[in-house]
Parts: sequence; structure tokens; C-alpha cells
Amino acid sequence: MIAIIDYGLGNLHSVYNAFNYLGYETIITNDENIILNADKVVLPGVGAFPDAMKTILKNKLDIVIKKIINKKTPLLGICLGMQLLFEQSEEHEICNGLGILKGKIVAMKDLYQDGHLLKIPHIGWNLLEINKNKTILKDLKDPYVYFVHSYYLETNEDIVSSYINYGKKIAVSVEKDNIYATQFHPEKSGEIGLKILRNFGEL
Amino acid sequence: MLCKRIIPCLDVKNGRVVKGVKFRNLIDAGNPVDIAKKYNELGADEIVFLDITASNENRNIILDVVRKTASVVFIPLTVGGGIRTIQDISNILQAGADKVAINSSAIYNPKIITEGAIKFGNQCIVCAIDAKWNGLYYEVYSHGGTTKTGLNALSWAKEVEKLGAGEILLTSMDKDGTKDGFELSLTKQITESVNIPVIASGGAGSMKDFLDVFKYANADAALAASLFHFEMIHIKDLKQYLNNNNIPVRLV
Repeated sequence: MIAIIDYGLGNLHSVYNAFNYLGYETIITNDENIILNADKVVLPGVGAFPDAMKTILKNKLDIVIKKIINKKTPLLGICLGMQLLFEQSEEHEICNGLGILKGKIVAMKDLYQDGHLLKIPHIGWNLLEINKNKTILKDLKDPYVYFVHSYYLETNEDIVSSYINYGKKIAVSVEKDNIYATQFHPEKSGEIGLKILRNFGEL
Repeated sequence: MLCKRIIPCLDVKNGRVVKGVKFRNLIDAGNPVDIAKKYNELGADEIVFLDITASNENRNIILDVVRKTASVVFIPLTVGGGIRTIQDISNILQAGADKVAINSSAIYNPKIITEGAIKFGNQCIVCAIDAKWNGLYYEVYSHGGTTKTGLNALSWAKEVEKLGAGEILLTSMDKDGTKDGFELSLTKQITESVNIPVIASGGAGSMKDFLDVFKYANADAALAASLFHFEMIHIKDLKQYLNNNNIPVRLV
């Protein structure tokens, strides 16, 4: 069973719909026992970083997420769910994240391409340049995926599994041990996105 | 590099897709879920549902359409038409849409944009602007293009960006239904004055029209309805053509 962690923000149904469509038994929950007993766990996320951290701490989901990682259960963070895994974000205010992975989340600004100031949020389809293709990013042909974000990851760790070019090279997915995370939305990325979710489901 | 998006728009009335020219001589064109699915397979980058249901009691039907579509189509969905309150926005997003397009309400109650953006994130608030040249400036119209507002489209676009809109869906009423190309001058002026994505709409008649609106007006996305419905252009061929002409698009 795949457990999608419900921390009271955003639209979790599209992630649920996608796994459901692929035939996986899926549940949206904030129940510690269900999450700890799931085969796979998804940390989704739409919304602002500080609000999300507040809700996670209030519901002690930070402890649950760390237990999941120690248990070696595959965890997939999506969008804000990826950002939350890192040490810090500057969205609205400097705010500490879960600190499970090393790196920080910074605002997109002053990005140029061919002399044009690029638009923020970065909304739409961009092509992944895949760096690690053994796990959830395996067997992807023309990996265009859908993005909606105004903040991005900066990390010096060797955990980045793909990049995009948006004015500069930006890390958009990571993996380390049983932790997988994407800045883009696989649940909104058509067939390629479904393939990524299936790869995760089959880990 | 970020791709330019191709967006088919489905006019939905009482839960069915309708086809017609400028909302006249409407004929039933099928089930929105099936049609959205077909466009997704052809390579559409997003789907827009424009709810043109007239009566209030039938307005919940669109929520059911969105729910069903979102469980089988995994690309972004936008819903526009008749959105008046934060609760309307919430209902549509909860049903599985990713964005809402707000037109008249934004004009008469601009704080719906700001409140919507704060509550749901500016990425899901699209402001739809219908504009028509009045001899002096591009004037904004409300209520499906029936009511003059006196607003200048250029300053209104800047204003909605400030209010918190995450995208602008810009329709040229002069060009809509003509099939002689997008309104390049209007689109260019708007894309140059805001820093949020602009979806160009109205007037597409050929593949070259799409190339022009991306190349000369720097639109981020282009929307069309009847052109795709009546299969005058296939989305797949269009994207191949754009790709051959060095416009970055998502090929499927």
C-alpha cells in the first residue's frame, strides 16, 4: 500500500488519482500507524514552506517521516514535499526544514535566457537532463515534465538525479538511499510522469 | 528550456462539450472526459474547460466533469466560467483542477484574485482578459465579451499581476473566430509588460499563426478551440511543425 501523507495543505487528490490509475492501493492519511506500515510513502505538497513546516511539526509528522527513513521504506517527496526534506528555505521568511538532506531552498530571481528575463513562477514543461537513471528516472524517453515553482534547491551533495536549464542549470530531483524527491509534478506530467510513479511503485 | 504550451479549450454546457462559432449554433460534441483524454494522447500540454452553463442549478455538473477527468488525465486542468467566490475556486480545485480562470469577477471584485492567490497559491489563479481595440486602446470586456468596462487591457494586465494572478489568458475579441491569426500587437504589448506567463487566445487558423505568436509576440502558451475540435489542425502535427521551426515544445 502507498500512503500519501496528509498534512492539511494543497490538492493531494491528483497524486492519489495517479497511483490509483496505475492500480496501486493508495490512501491519503496522517495516521502514524498506517504511514509506518505502508510499503511506500509519498510526501506531496502544494503551498508555502513555513505553513507546511508548522503543520508537520504540530502533528509530529517530522518524527513519523524520520522513522520511515530509518525503516528504509521508499519515500517520494513531490514539489514542496521535496523542498521540506532539506535544511532551510527562504520562502517568505528563513524557515528550517526537516534537515534530512543537505541543501537549501532559494528564490528564483534574475534568470535570463537569450537576453530575456525569465518568468517566475517557472510554470510549464521542461526537459530533464538525467544524471542518475537507475531508479525512478529509468527508461524515460524524451522526459518532459511539468513544473510550477518559484523556489529551487541548491545543494553540494552528490544526490542530484536530474537537472533542467532555466536560465541556469537547476537541480530538480534527488535520491539518497531510500529517499526520492522531485521538484516537478510527476502526477501532472502525462505518460512520462506516470512512468516515474510506476518506477517508484515498483521499487 | 521551458516549452511553449499548446492548450485546447473545451466549451462545456450542462456537462457536455459543445461546438459552435462564438457560442452560436451550438451542437453537441461529446463527453468532455473522452475528449480531454483524446487531446492528452495527442500531446496537449494542458486542458481548459470553459463552463458556459447558463443556469445556476446546473453549475455543479462541471465539478463532476472535473472529478472524472482528473482521475484519468494527468496533465494540468484549468476551469473557467462563472467563478464568483473563494468557495467556487475551492470547489473546483478540490474536484481536481489545477487552476481556475477568472474573468468578470476579477474586474468587479479584484480582491478575489488576491484572496485566491493567498489561499491557494498564485500558480492556480489565471486571470482571463477579453480585449477589443476601440480605436484608442485595447479595451477590456466582461461577461463573455458583452460588456465594455473602459479598462485598458495593458494596465489591467499589470494590475492583475500585482493583485497576485499567476498567469494571464488573453483573448483578442477582434480576432476571435476569424481564423486569420492571433492579435500579435496586443499579445506582444502584454507579454512585454508583465513577468507572469501569458496564454494567447483568439484567431488561430493555421500552424503558422502559432509560430508567429510564439516568435513575434513571445507568448508562453497558445489556446484554441474550434481549430482542434473540427480537426483543422492536429496537435501532434502542430507540435512537430513548431519543433521544426525551433520553437521548444514537448513532443510526445
